[in-house]
Amino acid sequence: MGLVVPVTYYLVLSAVLFGLGVVAFLFKRNIITMFMAIELMLNAVNLAFVAFSRMLGQLQGQVYVFFVIVVAAAEAAVGLAIILLIARNRESLNIERVDLLKL
Amino acid sequence: MTVELALFLVLAAMAVAGAVSLILQRHPIHSALSLIVVMVALAGLYLLLGAEFIAAVQIIVYAGAIMVLFIFVIMLLNAGQEERTSFSRMATYVGLPVSVLLLVQLAWWVAKGPVSAAPAASEPSSTRGLALLLFKDFLLPFELTSILILIAILGAIVLAKKEPV
Repeated sequence: MGLVVPVTYYLVLSAVLFGLGVVAFLFKRNIITMFMAIELMLNAVNLAFVAFSRMLGQLQGQVYVFFVIVVAAAEAAVGLAIILLIARNRESLNIERVDLLKL
Repeated sequence: MTVELALFLVLAAMAVAGAVSLILQRHPIHSALSLIVVMVALAGLYLLLGAEFIAAVQIIVYAGAIMVLFIFVIMLLNAGQEERTSFSRMATYVGLPVSVLLLVQLAWWVAKGPVSAAPAASEPSSTRGLALLLFKDFLLPFELTSILILIAILGAIVLAKKEPV
């Protein structure tokens, strides 16, 4: 069984998903949703890794995806704890309210 | 049109629709459910690419653990509808062009790149090869991730615990 779907298709899908993640990150005002946009971008990059791994016939790409997933899990745990703290201190999930560094 | 191509198109449409829905939904819980759709579709694509282990991990860790954590926090904080605020002018006039530029650039590189559709010799079981790589060549990074996860657990507990009054 060869690679019936060209790798380019997977890469285009990966780029589109990454772009949608960037747009979501820029236009959402809820901290949790912005965090989800970051996860979407990580997923898009994972897809490119697996597609390249398949194209080159090497498994290293899948090992990197494994590590990305592990780091994403750790990041989600710490990030959601920080979001919990922000929500407790600011009593809001709106990113506009987190403006202590603004002049 | 082969079965694989049809499957790819269906799963890709699912993933893109989920991502668009993540942007359009105003309630965080709906965005989270859209993201789960994207992740399940991506797991299907991994299966199509012959990466069974990654597909399983995608379902178990991403769609299972991480998204449950997200939904748990959304419910814990009782997050409601997103407030409509005016976008900052920075986001409208700089952010949008830059993200469009990024997309165009990515598309250009992908279209131009020397990507051939040359099929690689498909291995009967990629999971076995993955395990050999992970526990031989990548043993040190693999062990380091366990330390990373331990630190993340400790950090999450320290951050989220109640302040001693």
